Amino acid sequence: MTPFDMPASLSGRSDFIAIAKWIKPDARVLDLGCGDGSLLRHLKEARGVTGYGIEIDDIKVLACVKNRVNVLQIDLESGLSEFESDSFDYVILSQTLQAVRHTERIIRDMLRVGREAIVTFPNFGYWRHRLQIVGGRMPVSGELPYEWYDTPNIHLFTIRDFENFCGTHNVRILERVVMAEGRPVNFLPNLLGSLAVYRFDEGPRA
Amino acid sequence: MPPEGTVGTVSPKFERFDEPIVLQSGARLDAYQLAYETYGTLNSARSNAVLVCHALNASHHVAGVYADDPDNVGWWDNLIGPGKPLDTNRFFVVGVNNIGGCHGSTGPASINPATGSQWGADFPMVTVEDWVEAQSRLATRLGIRRFAAVMGGSLGAMQALQWTISQPQRIGHAIVIAAAPKLSTQNIAFNEVARQAITTDPDFHGGNFYSHGVVPRRGLRIARMIGHITYLSDDAMAEKFGRELREGVYKFNFDVEFQIESYLRYQADKFAERFDANTYLRITKALDYFDPAAAHGGHLSAALKQASAGFLVASFTSDWRFSPARSREIVKALLDNGLDASYAEINAPHGHDAFLMDDPRYHNVIRAYFNNIAL
Repeated sequence: MTPFDMPASLSGRSDFIAIAKWIKPDARVLDLGCGDGSLLRHLKEARGVTGYGIEIDDIKVLACVKNRVNVLQIDLESGLSEFESDSFDYVILSQTLQAVRHTERIIRDMLRVGREAIVTFPNFGYWRHRLQIVGGRMPVSGELPYEWYDTPNIHLFTIRDFENFCGTHNVRILERVVMAEGRPVNFLPNLLGSLAVYRFDEGPRA
Repeated sequence: MPPEGTVGTVSPKFERFDEPIVLQSGARLDAYQLAYETYGTLNSARSNAVLVCHALNASHHVAGVYADDPDNVGWWDNLIGPGKPLDTNRFFVVGVNNIGGCHGSTGPASINPATGSQWGADFPMVTVEDWVEAQSRLATRLGIRRFAAVMGGSLGAMQALQWTISQPQRIGHAIVIAAAPKLSTQNIAFNEVARQAITTDPDFHGGNFYSHGVVPRRGLRIARMIGHITYLSDDAMAEKFGRELREGVYKFNFDVEFQIESYLRYQADKFAERFDANTYLRITKALDYFDPAAAHGGHLSAALKQASAGFLVASFTSDWRFSPARSREIVKALLDNGLDASYAEINAPHGHDAFLMDDPRYHNVIRAYFNNIAL
């Protein structure tokens, strides 16, 4: 298990550092698919946030309790009906969107429950992924560590795909960080970035 | 030295209270006694006490054994003891028999000081709120200003929840297992069948069977059978008994043929030996009455406005008596109030009784939660 205070670049979760920079102190945070609770624990200790994680896996739920974070063993595919509208400052979905069945519903729910939403996802358009496709194989990489037959990822998409989605779903992007190997990528992000981190809210109604 | 993991030999204690208690029904008990047991040591700051509340059929005998009855193991012994999930090396654990009970606390079989004979039918109705009030008086008597945690399963969990509402300053954490925020119509219906079985038994005598020297065994047996069925899942019963026949062939009569019949009859006999019918009636009514949201327009979130405890809520997927959806009603009310809360939904096959089972996924969560309680 990775200690929570290990630099995120070493823990393989460089998105956590980007997220932590965005979260205002004392915010109320809901972390969907919170894993062992590392991010929430970090936010709690570094930013004084309060909130809850949602996790379906028994082992990870136990890890969350050990990490002293509030965790709810709920299948997020069944929706966020437990949560009132606008009950959180941020709803976070880190490296899970690509594994979620009802993509549109979860984004809608995130923006209903939270004032802002944060997602991170592996960029399928990363040049190493493209190269593997050209070579005739499904990509396997640090961000996409699974073989095609055992992957939980059912909705792989690129940075451009996501931004198109936002455009057609009234999602307003507030901030974006694209990374590769733990470092920010500013040039040709959809080609050179392996991991994308977005902060967004509901766009103004037309 | 007791063997590793067990609190060893224990004995019940009794406290008598002479300050009257006015019950929710308006009735009043001028004096009463509470039977209880304790395990572990109260620390000098008196900050490590954990109250364990019992459900329908149980008592203050939560862990360990009695010297004169070594087979009578406490009902939650697999969870409580030195090194166990609720570790008595660290916590001072209190188990208490509720008012109206039949294991040593004042109840229908006790003597009514006004008449000099057993209370019987005259013993008042008791509610979860009444029990919490009595438990808090016991806490005061034991020098416990605030419980580090109150824990219970089923009806015991309702008491833990009520503690966070009635005594928010005196509870640090509530461990609420296999609970419901109120009974469903179906739950009440099952209780009514059990009560009818008892009250229509000719040996019930309107609740005054003590003076007739009889016990409404038939009614108690049926009440226990129907209760027991609701504690188990269909799968767990099928797994344990299937359609197995005791003698391998149909006998075409009404004797015990299927193993499940044998099991139910055995459980029913055991229960009728040791449990008081008037107590059973009253505890099922306490279950029916429990509904903390009712005083707040049906909004459990409003009922929990004053609560400040941390919560661990756990449910079991195969529990159809108090299903996970019922626990999630509680969780929602906790979230609405921004309370610290964790919720574990344990994939267990045993039904409602899973809360009494030694399932590592369940016990590990309880252990981790208790480990994090600062004293």
